Amino acid sequence: MVEVIKSGFFTAVQDLGRFDFRDKGVPISGAMDSFSALWANELLGNNPNDAVLEITLSGPELLFHEHTEIVLAGAKIEGFIDKQSLPMHHVIEINPGQKIRFGHVLRGCRVYLAVKGGWQTEAILGSRSFFQPISQKSHLTKGDVLNYLPFDKTLDFHANMKIKNDFLFDKTLAVFPGPEFDFLKEDDKNRLDEFTFHIDSLNNRMAYQLQEKLSKNNHSITTSATLPGTIQLTPSGKLIVLMRDAQTTGGYPRILQLSEQAISVLAQKKTNDAVRFNLL
Amino acid sequence: MQSENFEITFCPYGESAVLINWPKEISTRTLSDVMDFKKIIQEHFKSLCELVPSYQSLLVIFRQPIDFEKYVLTLRKLYKKRVHTKPEPMLWHVPVCYDFDFGIDLEELEAANKISVKKIIKLHTEAVYTVFAIGFLPGFMYLGGLPEDIHFPRKAEPRQKVCRGSVGIAGAQTGVYPQESPGGWNLIGNSPIRFFEPASANPCFVSVGDKIRFFEISKSMHELISIQVSTGVFELAKEVWHG
Repeated sequence: MVEVIKSGFFTAVQDLGRFDFRDKGVPISGAMDSFSALWANELLGNNPNDAVLEITLSGPELLFHEHTEIVLAGAKIEGFIDKQSLPMHHVIEINPGQKIRFGHVLRGCRVYLAVKGGWQTEAILGSRSFFQPISQKSHLTKGDVLNYLPFDKTLDFHANMKIKNDFLFDKTLAVFPGPEFDFLKEDDKNRLDEFTFHIDSLNNRMAYQLQEKLSKNNHSITTSATLPGTIQLTPSGKLIVLMRDAQTTGGYPRILQLSEQAISVLAQKKTNDAVRFNLL
Repeated sequence: MQSENFEITFCPYGESAVLINWPKEISTRTLSDVMDFKKIIQEHFKSLCELVPSYQSLLVIFRQPIDFEKYVLTLRKLYKKRVHTKPEPMLWHVPVCYDFDFGIDLEELEAANKISVKKIIKLHTEAVYTVFAIGFLPGFMYLGGLPEDIHFPRKAEPRQKVCRGSVGIAGAQTGVYPQESPGGWNLIGNSPIRFFEPASANPCFVSVGDKIRFFEISKSMHELISIQVSTGVFELAKEVWHG
């Protein structure tokens, strides 16, 4: 098991999400940057849906009680095991009694910490992803304990693969026209590719708001389904990008839809970071 | 039974979903066609997709990226083949306590709208509501069918905290908060029923298309039912609704 000595800013258990309950209003949740979560599991030879820790902005301090292996992927973070620096995208062996501690994220926003076999926390409605009040907690706190499987050398698997993840730190977000794309004013529509937007301080697992506004409008729609990556246009012209914990229905026009990969790119952005749209 | 054909449209929504829209009209007739189509899509694609019905739309979310044109062809064929079943939704009888301790906006509504609290409760409990969508929060029902005399505008300032079970009115809508949440609805009562139970395999007993009717209970009955609900012995009254 692992003991949480310090929690960091916002550290949560996530897998790929809680599916099949969206018609009952349950958000899918899951890793914000699924690309990096999948990659961390792949390097360990885990299943794609194994639970990982999602570390946001600053990392925790963790005490490991048994032998295991971990991988870090996603944002670049300062991390140490004893006095040694922790590499990204490498299988790191952990011995009983070893402590790892993290500082701040140096590039990006979210780091994924995968453990051999995945974190064995409680699965609720088919997923281990934290989402309150479906799960008891929204994030880890000091004193929490997380279990993992006993280390089995015979299952040892060291993938030695190079990763190209620079796109995660790029400004460009690939978007498709959304169902209400035509509600955009002609001027906004034609110049969408030219605008640079900045991330508002209102950004979290539910949604990212953007600072710059488009034209005011008075459109609304009858409540209809939304998806992670849906960009809603509010009457004031503000854009809200729904993320993994977003509600499953909404009444604002859905003007754009991020590609699956662009959701991971946006998940690596923090307040005041710049983004641009590339309309596909 | 031959079903009425609506002018439905298919719209790509991201890489793996198709949004199906019905003509803009909020009616149980439209909703019942949405549900008929949902049924045949579910039977055809089984676990390959997830479906989210709502008022006059149906979102079909596939597990993998799709070739939109190809899937629309299949969906069009399925729409023609759908069978209109006479809707026989479940009608749930939901207890609500309208005591002023819960209905904290009742007196203000009475004063501002020149309608007695007694009348508000009477109208609220007389109507049979249709569940047009479930969203906003897990287990939050968008209910249609609120009598016009008790349409009250949303509060100017939303409350930071609305308790679980609170029954509210906002515009033409009424509903129950399934969990504690911020909210701007006028609060008229509280139901001891839990509309979302994460620990249960079927966490939300209500489905889109179901009917809801509220009945008034006293404060002591609210307490009693709350205890029965938390110990798992309470059984909600239900019946098949024939319209």
